[in-house]
Amino acid sequence: MTVPQTPSQTVGPFLAIGLPWPDGPFAVPDGTPGAITITGQVLDVAGTPLPDALVETWQADPAGRFDHPDDPRGAAAPSAAGFRGFARCPTDAGGWYRIVTLRPGPLPCPGGSEAPHLDVSVFARGLLDRVVTRIYFADEAEANAADPVLAGIDPGRRGTLIATAEPGGVGRFRFDIRLRGEDETVFFDV
Amino acid sequence: MPADAPSAASGLILPRYPRPDGVHPPLDSPGYRSSQQRAPSRPLVPLPQHLTEVTGPLLGAERVTAADSDLTTRYPDEPLGERISVSGRVLDSDGRPVPDTLIEIWQANASGRYKHHVDDHPAPLDPNFDGAGRCMTDSLGRYRFVTIKPGPYPWKNHHNAWRPAHIHFSLFGRAFTQRLVTQMYFPGDPLFPFDPIFNSVPDPKARERMISRFDMDLTEPEWSLAYTWDIVLRGREQAVFEPQEDR
Repeated sequence: MTVPQTPSQTVGPFLAIGLPWPDGPFAVPDGTPGAITITGQVLDVAGTPLPDALVETWQADPAGRFDHPDDPRGAAAPSAAGFRGFARCPTDAGGWYRIVTLRPGPLPCPGGSEAPHLDVSVFARGLLDRVVTRIYFADEAEANAADPVLAGIDPGRRGTLIATAEPGGVGRFRFDIRLRGEDETVFFDV
Repeated sequence: MPADAPSAASGLILPRYPRPDGVHPPLDSPGYRSSQQRAPSRPLVPLPQHLTEVTGPLLGAERVTAADSDLTTRYPDEPLGERISVSGRVLDSDGRPVPDTLIEIWQANASGRYKHHVDDHPAPLDPNFDGAGRCMTDSLGRYRFVTIKPGPYPWKNHHNAWRPAHIHFSLFGRAFTQRLVTQMYFPGDPLFPFDPIFNSVPDPKARERMISRFDMDLTEPEWSLAYTWDIVLRGREQAVFEPQEDR
């Protein structure tokens, strides 16, 4: 039986009424040993920051496991207490989001393995459907070079998927999301 | 492949969530003005559905209390407007109910005003209505909210632009591939032909699937009217990845 699906519609400008959670940005509790922060701005075609976007992330735990029954290796209790794998953060007036999480492990996939990454959904007024991207890490050069998804991306655009280390702090990464324009982020059809 | 990486040679059996054709609106929809500033202009890159995509957050009931699904009882007085229930089922496109999944909603008040600092529509705020709700589907995928019917409101997309009355819905399903944010509309809204967001969905039949149904059987005498709306997420099929083939 096939039931036709419900279409997507935009979150509109007022998503802040319904979607943010006080603990949303924390995929692990603040202060968890080894926690990293990923911050960045969401920008439009003119480079103007979006004050009304929502960034969501989903990822494996540091051991490369998911606490989910559809992982064929079996659901695995998180390797760190309180790890949720999921974070969501609305952008502030300057277009900034910030999430706190643990570095994901590499994952097996058909014919190889995927480098550590987070799947990202961005929602905003002006987006009739979410847009999906991935965050990889600049300091995983070897794993990134073997990643089948990155391998399929125009080398000139790969950098839009790589979070860079922020100076002045261990475990602080920067990942901007440019929704449209010459240097727009690579977005995926999932 | 690094020696310590788990091997795919044994065959990872993963569900697959086939991409639907002709359901969702194109991101680049010129009639919706802000899409021209914000929607990607380059073609989306197909992403294989691997472990991160076929799993997803299973956010539990610890986030939700029973009171979160009734938007009319959280203040000393009741909100103004037409009291309604909105109920239905969450299914996947194979017809299977999606149990125990979080639904979040937000909406304008009966006058068409959102409780948000950016909303400058000169219509009254309602001190007894904040417009946000949550619930979990039950074991059969059913959900139910009690709220008031939102009003239509003007926006600045084009001259004399008005949004048809709607409630925003956010759903997770059980996999990253199933995540959906949409809007539920009310039957017979005279603004449908003029709304570029509603009409961004190219297929008229698909548009109709965003419209709830008035349900006399679920009305409560002397108390509330009722609308029903089923939400259908992407379905899944089992597939075995064979390492020597690229399926």
